[in-house]
Amino acid sequence: MDADALPATSTSPPHSTGARHPYAPRPFVVLARTRETADTVTLRIAPRSSEHRIAFRGGQFNMVYAFGVGESAISISGDPAHSEELVHTVRAVGKVTNALATLSPGSVVGIRGPYGRGWPLDAARGRDVVIVAGGLGLPPLRPTLYEIFRNREAFGRVEIIYGARTPKDLVFYDEVQTWRHRTDLRLQTTVDVAGRDWYGDVGVVTTRIPDSRFDPPNTTAFLCGPEIMMKLTAQALAQRGVPTDAIWLSMERNMKCALGFCGHCQYGPSFVCRDGPVLPYRALAPFLAVKEV
Amino acid sequence: MSANAKESMADLVLSHPFFTGIDPTLVHAMISNAEVRTYEVGEMLVREGKPAEEFFLVFEGKVALEVGEADTHRITVETIGRGELLGWSWLVSPHRWRFDARASKPTKVVAINAAAARYALSSHPAFGFQFLMKLLPVVAERLENTRVQLLDIHGR
Repeated sequence: MDADALPATSTSPPHSTGARHPYAPRPFVVLARTRETADTVTLRIAPRSSEHRIAFRGGQFNMVYAFGVGESAISISGDPAHSEELVHTVRAVGKVTNALATLSPGSVVGIRGPYGRGWPLDAARGRDVVIVAGGLGLPPLRPTLYEIFRNREAFGRVEIIYGARTPKDLVFYDEVQTWRHRTDLRLQTTVDVAGRDWYGDVGVVTTRIPDSRFDPPNTTAFLCGPEIMMKLTAQALAQRGVPTDAIWLSMERNMKCALGFCGHCQYGPSFVCRDGPVLPYRALAPFLAVKEV
Repeated sequence: MSANAKESMADLVLSHPFFTGIDPTLVHAMISNAEVRTYEVGEMLVREGKPAEEFFLVFEGKVALEVGEADTHRITVETIGRGELLGWSWLVSPHRWRFDARASKPTKVVAINAAAARYALSSHPAFGFQFLMKLLPVVAERLENTRVQLLDIHGR
């Protein structure tokens, strides 16, 4: 994709999902539900039939259907090498996500997907990689982290900066702590505010950029989190010398069809569901400066 | 402080990122009572409301800046780490700390006496200007970070 411009919407057919009707969800069974924070759970789900197994790339999302309630776009947070099951981390903020967050093992959900363009990991090969996640921005990055861990020698330095509102809002907490012990990456966690039981950093994620170790011109950055966090982080990285076409953001918009038809997720000239959600900062920057795009 | 000790302290202070580019001869005027200190986790460097009689250059560890009403309800709003400067209440009347500072990791600092520093700044205007031009971006950056924190970006 030309990193100088957002991809324009086109009239080309949507992603093919075989002979199935593009809106038809496939039944998946909930294997386990893990509580991450007060309002966030992680669901492990598996297809009822092995023919419905879904291969995906880090950064892609599925439309997850709570039967009788509705659908919601949820990023995939599991390991792409294990396509026998899917992992979705869901924050209960609305009717659909509230229904999904209360599902118990054995429940059935509908899945359409995967959709969208994921993180361009090939573009990061041979370069330093900076991963910046804010709050629920970590789940969409987690599949790509697994791929980086599996092919660690293909990348230079790996720096992970993970921020949240409070320590209780850090998801995958135990797993993240194991990354801290790895010698082949550097992890910084920071929260906006904390009590005395927190011994990590306090401050917004951008405050960790100056202390990060990477070679700016030879760095690819993947950012996911609240839009303002990504905007400020991208600015800080660009200021440090990371090329703007090597900074990638995962955008979040209200996705309905996920097929590039309905226009609910239009962002400037592109549809986030089809052309994104991962897009280059160079193309996004002009729109990030405009209110209510 | 002996001449050797002072020279060694000056070298240490000048190795701190905050003092990069500051005239070494002028640093000597400020460090007559400076000392290296270490703090264990949980030890307080400063307490809110107490006279701000020094400021700190952090060389190792991490310091949590805390605010709040009672001692049991303190919240950390920022952490200061290696290579950073802690404290400017000593420059702003009435020279009292506006927060608590507690070591959240084993911490090593150089504590610089505020009275000596204020005297050095006022006696050597060029040094004072240079120093304040180094301090102002630190203050501005922390103000900007605080503004972003106020946006509560993760709470949305």
